Amino acid sequence: MQFGVFTVGDVTVDPTNGREPTEHERIKAMVAIALKAEEVGLDVFATGEHHNPPFVPSSPTTILGYIAARTERLMLSTATTLITTNDPVKIAEDYAMLQHLSDGRVDLMMGRGNTGPVYPWFGQDIRNGIPLAIENYDLLHRLWREDVVDWKGRFRSPLQSFTSTPRPLDGVPPFVWHGSIRSPEIAEQAAYYGDGFFHNHIFWPKEHTQRLVNLYRQRFEHYGHGSADQAIVGLGGQVFMRKNSQDAVREFRPYFDNAPVYGHGPSLEEFTTETPLTVGSPQQVIDRTLSFRDYVGDYQRQLFLIDHAGLPLKTVLEQLDILGEEVIPVLRKEFDSLRPAHVPEAPTHASLVAKAGGAKDSTVHAVDDVTGKAPEANR
Amino acid sequence: MTQRTLAVVSAGLSQPSSTRLLADQLAAATRDELVGRGETAELRHVVLREHAHDVTNHLITGFPSESLRAVLDTVTGADGVIAVTPIFNASYNGLFKSFFDLIEADALTDRPVLIAATGGTARHSLAMEHAMRPLFAYLHAVVVPTSVFAAPEDWASGTADAALRSRIERAAAELAEQVHRRPVSTGPSDPFALTTSFEELLNRREP
Repeated sequence: MQFGVFTVGDVTVDPTNGREPTEHERIKAMVAIALKAEEVGLDVFATGEHHNPPFVPSSPTTILGYIAARTERLMLSTATTLITTNDPVKIAEDYAMLQHLSDGRVDLMMGRGNTGPVYPWFGQDIRNGIPLAIENYDLLHRLWREDVVDWKGRFRSPLQSFTSTPRPLDGVPPFVWHGSIRSPEIAEQAAYYGDGFFHNHIFWPKEHTQRLVNLYRQRFEHYGHGSADQAIVGLGGQVFMRKNSQDAVREFRPYFDNAPVYGHGPSLEEFTTETPLTVGSPQQVIDRTLSFRDYVGDYQRQLFLIDHAGLPLKTVLEQLDILGEEVIPVLRKEFDSLRPAHVPEAPTHASLVAKAGGAKDSTVHAVDDVTGKAPEANR
Repeated sequence: MTQRTLAVVSAGLSQPSSTRLLADQLAAATRDELVGRGETAELRHVVLREHAHDVTNHLITGFPSESLRAVLDTVTGADGVIAVTPIFNASYNGLFKSFFDLIEADALTDRPVLIAATGGTARHSLAMEHAMRPLFAYLHAVVVPTSVFAAPEDWASGTADAALRSRIERAAAELAEQVHRRPVSTGPSDPFALTTSFEELLNRREP
């Protein structure tokens, strides 16, 4: 089981003192959070991608590349990569580059994004959200698996004899998750390719998660990738912890009440009942997180949102300490003991290489102008 | 006998509410009309005042509380809807609009709806035609021709007077007839149901 944190990268006023971090401070805070995540024994750091204020992470591979250089074993991921408005060719190139630089410590999560205005900035239309996600990912999938691609689609200019470079590290593309909150088409997409399915599982009732994960599992089996309980599932979660649960509630309440997404709406108590948000002691977080398995089955990756709504960096780092010292070790042990042997772990670069029968250099050499030799002939 | 359900939505804010009183009379009259057509009708009352906080929270968070989910399913899964609001400042009140803003755009398609309203003076009655009817037209519901408005003078004797009574009966007969003509509702639609396959999604790529 993998554990980690995912961040939206929002710049939000701290409601307790009115202080708003600069973009620079927020970017540096995201890096500090990632480094701390590795230090306390977490497995994954995932960043969002946004192209409008109040968010800073518009360039995910830049920040992930920087973090890769400063960490040893942390998995670098996204939550999410905008498969709708990014050029799939650029995604293929950027993340293959990151995969090489991080020695395979990268996977990514596809998402559609959620704000209409972003689409036209990139020449697209939100009404094509699902078709864009389907077409773009199908191209990305090919670009990482076929050295030379001829392609024609609806949303992007055609490709003739195109080779995306660098080729994936060891001939093995990064593992891909597909994230969706309420679109069965995306669960179907993840199942079709045998990719992972991630439900963000923070701002919505657990029934949404349960329905989509179950659909994904059934369709994963339908497409012949394994039994339903072998499908690769990831969940989000949102927590705030203090030793005493009353202290956690007291400290977190102003952040909750003013949070950009759900603030000024339901009470903290209503929201913790209706969604997976857990505010309390480390033991409460352990119990709640273990209960996720009751409705999605054995799953492979758990990411926590701990740094939004204006929480100061110091507090976030304290949360990471609590996660690393008191919560994750227990969860790791409990989940591992509950999981049957035939249910796989989340794929890693090493496991994907092993599955492919070993590493192979997949460099595509340019055609020799003099001899006219094709790439294959140079191998 | 065919079993039907009628969702009776009332947006009155005072208690007792003349809006609720009108809704009850419309519901009872429609049930009688359905019985006259050999059917039975279960009345499911939705008093929006009781869900005002949940309605606001749904607007903010994007999802309904468990109890509001049940209420939304009651309305979208009914064979017919009776929708009654007080008229505030020349239109339905904000609670009424907020509630119907939470209904998915296709959830009431071809659903028979009876619209009715109450107000301080009969001069508000056209609000039903310029506000309520377009709302349900947008939702592709089938709004029966007769809308029913009740002003204070209509209740002067404590119950509906003869003119109001006859409008109630006419509207109820129209709604019952529209319900009677349709197959029994299969319940609310499931937003998580997969209605396509991946091959279809992929093949849709070419323009």
